Amino acid sequence: MDLVNLFVKSIFIDNMIFAYFLGMCSYLAVSKTVKTAVGLGAAVIFVLAITVPINYLIDNYLLRAGALSWLGPQYAEIDLSFLSFILFIAVIASMVQLVEMVVEKFAPALYGALGIFLPLIAVNCAILGGSLFMQQRDFSGISEASVYGLGSGVGWLLAIVAIASIREKIAYSNIPAPLKGLGITFILTGLMAVAFMSFMGIKL
Amino acid sequence: MAAKEKNKTPKKPLVLFVKEEKEPLFSKKNRALMSDPLNDNNPITVQVLGICSALAITVQLKPAIVMSVAVLFVLAMSNVIVSVMRNLIPNRIRIIVQLVVVAALVVIVDLVLKAFLYDVSKQLSVFVGLIITNCIVMGRLEAFALGNGPWKSFLDGIGNAAGYAWILIAVAFFRELLGSGKLFGLQVIPDGFYSLGYVNNGLMLLSPMALITVGVIIWIQRSKNRKLIEKN
Repeated sequence: MDLVNLFVKSIFIDNMIFAYFLGMCSYLAVSKTVKTAVGLGAAVIFVLAITVPINYLIDNYLLRAGALSWLGPQYAEIDLSFLSFILFIAVIASMVQLVEMVVEKFAPALYGALGIFLPLIAVNCAILGGSLFMQQRDFSGISEASVYGLGSGVGWLLAIVAIASIREKIAYSNIPAPLKGLGITFILTGLMAVAFMSFMGIKL
Repeated sequence: MAAKEKNKTPKKPLVLFVKEEKEPLFSKKNRALMSDPLNDNNPITVQVLGICSALAITVQLKPAIVMSVAVLFVLAMSNVIVSVMRNLIPNRIRIIVQLVVVAALVVIVDLVLKAFLYDVSKQLSVFVGLIITNCIVMGRLEAFALGNGPWKSFLDGIGNAAGYAWILIAVAFFRELLGSGKLFGLQVIPDGFYSLGYVNNGLMLLSPMALITVGVIIWIQRSKNRKLIEKN
């Protein structure tokens, strides 16, 4: 039950976009049509669900103060946490590369659908943000970390698909010229964030 | 990324130091590198870069300014470093090389903040680390530093960081003033106003208003500067 709770919470309440503004760059740039939005969202879920658990293991068995104690008692006092940024981003960049190659080999149809979005993801703030929040929140096990990664990805997909469908409709409305494009997207996202705040405090 | 690029020049042949014709350090072209990003080519409102970590830390002025300085340092230094190495980096692994350069600089910033400004660094929490994937840094490295010399890249870095900073500080100014009636943590709205029934707008402190404030800034900027209006 705890895991379901965490999943729902990471989708709606701690939504990557509406609560923390992570991944805004690709969110604004790739949300012109629903089809591409779904592709990018799927790729984000995929990569988040893989990298957050891996970074959890790295953080708990390599970096944290005392994490190296499984090597022997003389390593128990080593604290490598200052390396976490570099290691996390290296894991993400290489995982993206690896995922790209695996998907291309075994699921060419999916590769065609995700296409150019996979390499873009290495520099999506939502991915690194997921790992950094995971480190900050001290999850108690790898299952919690994976559920958190998956849930954040789903929340991101939800947000980008919603804004893309609104932007498709709004192309026909009469918006003040200076507000066209970027300006109205910001304001719409703000209003959607207000709506998402009503989920606050939900518990299952 | 919807970056509008006019600065990209073709790559030079593989020679480390090419002698170029002398150009004064602050020639007109170099000054434009610094002033363009303030308005016509602003990284946030026009190029749509670096919004990711920009908005969450604009509840108060102080963290916004610290964040701006951190981005200024990282952007200028990484632009210079990548620009010096631009002819040595193989094209295929350039993203990873850039990420490592940026990550190393961000680690320096993070440790300095933890040592000297601990409370602000707690407030910024994960957003210092997120400078690594701040699209502004990667965007400028890809679009400018890979094709230009170190001095130009340095100016470009400073200019873009300044363009980023003024938006950040403007948003933080309005959010702190209207949301809690303070600037830099000091009360500026007199007590008399409150006794007359003035109430702080608590919504300004919540995340949605950051987005709407930026939207309004874009609106004002584009109605002053008509050539930025998007046609579709």
